[in-house]
Amino acid sequence: MKAVLFERKPARYAAAAVAGRIVPGRGASVGPLRLADVDPPELPGDGWQRLRPRLAGICGSDLATIDGRSSRYFEPIVSFPFTPGHEVVGDLDDGTRAVLVPVLSCVTRGVEPLCPGCASSQINRCERIAFGHLEPGLQTGFCTDTGGGWSIALVAHESQLLPVPKAMPDEQAVMVEPTACAVHAARSLRGPIDTVAVLGAGTLGLLTVAALRAHADVTTIMVTAKYPAQQRLATELGADWVAAPAELARAIRSATGSFVVGGRPTGGAEVVIDCVGSADSLTQALAVTRPGGEVLVVGMPGHTSLDLTALWHRETGLRGCYAYTVDDFEAALGLVGEADLGRLVSATYPLSRYEEAVDHAANAGRRGAVKVAFDLRDEKERTR
Amino acid sequence: MPRPGFVLEVDGSTPPILFHHGEGFRLEKLPAGRSRVVYPGEPLEPIDDVDQAIEDALLHPLDTDPLPALLRPDMKLTICFDDVSLPLPPMKRPDIRQRVIEAVLDMAAAAGVDDVHLIAALALHRRMTESELRQAVGDRVYDAFEPKGLLYNHDAEDPDNLSFLGTTDKGEEVEINKRAAESDLIVYVNINLVAMDGGHKSTATGLASYRSLRHHHNVNVMRHSRSFMDRHSSELHHSNWRMGEVIRNAGVKIFQIETTLNNDTFGQDGPMSVLAKREWEWSTRDRAAFVGLQQGVKLLKPAARRKAFQTWRAPYGLTSVTAGAVDPVHERTLERCFEQHLVSVEGQTDILTMGLPYICPYNVNSIMNPILVMCLGLGYFFNMYRGKPLVREGGVLIMTHPTPWEFHPVHHPSYIDFFEQVLAETTDPLEMEQRYEKQFAEDEWYRHLYRTSYAYHGVHPFYMWYWGSHALEHLGRVIIVGGDPKAVRRLGFKPASTMADAFEMASDVVGAAPTITHLHNPPIVMADVT
Repeated sequence: MKAVLFERKPARYAAAAVAGRIVPGRGASVGPLRLADVDPPELPGDGWQRLRPRLAGICGSDLATIDGRSSRYFEPIVSFPFTPGHEVVGDLDDGTRAVLVPVLSCVTRGVEPLCPGCASSQINRCERIAFGHLEPGLQTGFCTDTGGGWSIALVAHESQLLPVPKAMPDEQAVMVEPTACAVHAARSLRGPIDTVAVLGAGTLGLLTVAALRAHADVTTIMVTAKYPAQQRLATELGADWVAAPAELARAIRSATGSFVVGGRPTGGAEVVIDCVGSADSLTQALAVTRPGGEVLVVGMPGHTSLDLTALWHRETGLRGCYAYTVDDFEAALGLVGEADLGRLVSATYPLSRYEEAVDHAANAGRRGAVKVAFDLRDEKERTR
Repeated sequence: MPRPGFVLEVDGSTPPILFHHGEGFRLEKLPAGRSRVVYPGEPLEPIDDVDQAIEDALLHPLDTDPLPALLRPDMKLTICFDDVSLPLPPMKRPDIRQRVIEAVLDMAAAAGVDDVHLIAALALHRRMTESELRQAVGDRVYDAFEPKGLLYNHDAEDPDNLSFLGTTDKGEEVEINKRAAESDLIVYVNINLVAMDGGHKSTATGLASYRSLRHHHNVNVMRHSRSFMDRHSSELHHSNWRMGEVIRNAGVKIFQIETTLNNDTFGQDGPMSVLAKREWEWSTRDRAAFVGLQQGVKLLKPAARRKAFQTWRAPYGLTSVTAGAVDPVHERTLERCFEQHLVSVEGQTDILTMGLPYICPYNVNSIMNPILVMCLGLGYFFNMYRGKPLVREGGVLIMTHPTPWEFHPVHHPSYIDFFEQVLAETTDPLEMEQRYEKQFAEDEWYRHLYRTSYAYHGVHPFYMWYWGSHALEHLGRVIIVGGDPKAVRRLGFKPASTMADAFEMASDVVGAAPTITHLHNPPIVMADVT
């Protein structure tokens, strides 16, 4: 069957890192990513099912991997070769349409007893992601045994599958996974909160705005967005103030009535949610968080150099926010319908045009797009 | 004998017309047969002996005793004067304020008055710097008073130094500078560059607090000031006059001194003099001078170009100095202003064009940011009329100005936020007044910068926008030629790269063959539209 494969090829990975720095998304053509004809993944055991993707999204973490920007932190918790794609809506053999909860936790790995994270239903905190009867892989889409969404078929444990309501279009369903990340971030906040700033208005930033409106007690949401389409969507999804990143500090100063020292507001937002994860965005986040406030890192960061003096002096909390629980996922399933988040799917591609798809996704903002996905519904092999 | 202003009907032989364009110029050909140009009058003959004229005014005031008779040794005397926003451009030294203040101080000294304060009546404008104060009052006065803390800027946010004097019959609160209010006599020294300046507005606005100013610096008042250059048709002035009455009834005595200047803005010779000449009268030398000026300006880097323009000092001549009670003094001043500025114009036009120069009241030694471009065009220039606006209701205003997305970070901090946060949401003055004014006016950071740095008050960009609210309501479209498109759009206007494009864009609103009137300003011209 057809699948996009990511192989362990250090030389090609290095080339992708260089190319990706010059032109975002270029890693797809020079790196260790290729369209291959592969055997379908074997069912690892009882409770596993075959899932035929209908739509599979391209995520920021996928792009970081393809462009050689991922941290070496991931090396022991992924296994090669793997098929990317963890934002998936697909069909089971019995015709049920389901979305994939991609985290490969203790239950999926047959690990007993459950680790403390899984025992408390916090699968995103699983401590066994490199153990059990599966090869290492923090999620489907990074594990060689399960396959991934950018293919004709993958395998999923029954604990990873949530049925999709019949009325829900595939375009909404494919947004459930990234929405769950946003819901998880929003639900982790202890309200009421006066001002939250969201840095970045790509898929994750926009979904975070929607999730904050639905699942957090926040008075004012401020968002940075570089592009007009992002600015419009952020407003539609519930942001109170949207503007270019360079304007954020002044807007927060103004909204919070703070003073300015050294070009930075003396006060700031109670919570800043960084949906970018770059050194620049984290630096900005620390600069605009009020003393005693918190920076929530939702966008996947990498190896980053930061001046943490402000964090120390202003007693800023810095907290990561990875993935979701199954509860979050179920809440996300509701939110994508309520907020019509399927509208964020801007373009779809067949697998054969994966390089174009990656290029589009890597440059989504400036091309007026948000989420780019693979559309596998018309792939011939799917019905064999 | 100076020639008065007049209206030129453009025909096939009319040369291209000069348009100011910020720190640069344009020559634009206007369509023959349906265009006209309103030219300012040539500079009125100035008073030869300025010192004598000042002395005469102080000794023979209108409706009050001569100044020496009002002075006594044990009194509190406060001399207030117009701030850096006047005149435009600044005048060659000695500034007329200096000459008047020196004369007043001489009389005060002769009367044995010891308790004298000098206050720059800047309302919510930025504080004047030392060099700006020296320019206004002269080195001798500055050195004698400033080191002792007797010469300073008015602080509209100092609660300990404001006096509440009461309310008008319309409920307008009157709160002014405490030192001035508690003085036995205020001597207010005005430069009445245009008819808007002076009268009761001097004290009721220049020395007021936000609490007081908000009663007339608002959208409703500005929309009912038609125009604010015509005091008898201006709600802005009616409000100030009511406040003046409260000030008078509170026992505050004002000795008003008003001065008028002629139109000698660019000099009779020298590099800028061609700007005051009528294009068809340009000699070969004038043309060469203009080309040299234009090319020279283009060669300069932006910062150097700005500096070159901002250092220009106009050689104005004094045309009147009048002292005494506020009302009669001001009426005489208005006569002199109108004598210099007013030009009869028959009928309104479909399109009004204007070239905006490099300076307005709020960017002296600073940057003309987009909000000030709006204020200069739709506030000041649009309102240079008596009777009815030069452009018909629903007509089009075309302005030329580079309109850079650029702000002076020290002078205009709240403008930056206003531009980024308020104008991004709305350009409707009423909406912004209701939703945002209070937040900006009471922002502690802006307050701090206004009081301790050189920043305009937090609410000031709102006032700039309100200044143009009558025009915004009146016009069908506003087009800026040669401006930064992004900045122009943020203002809610249409950008055009050439005048021809602008006329094309205007045709959507006023048809294919509209009438066009160009207000050839500066030097200052005001249309008396019948």
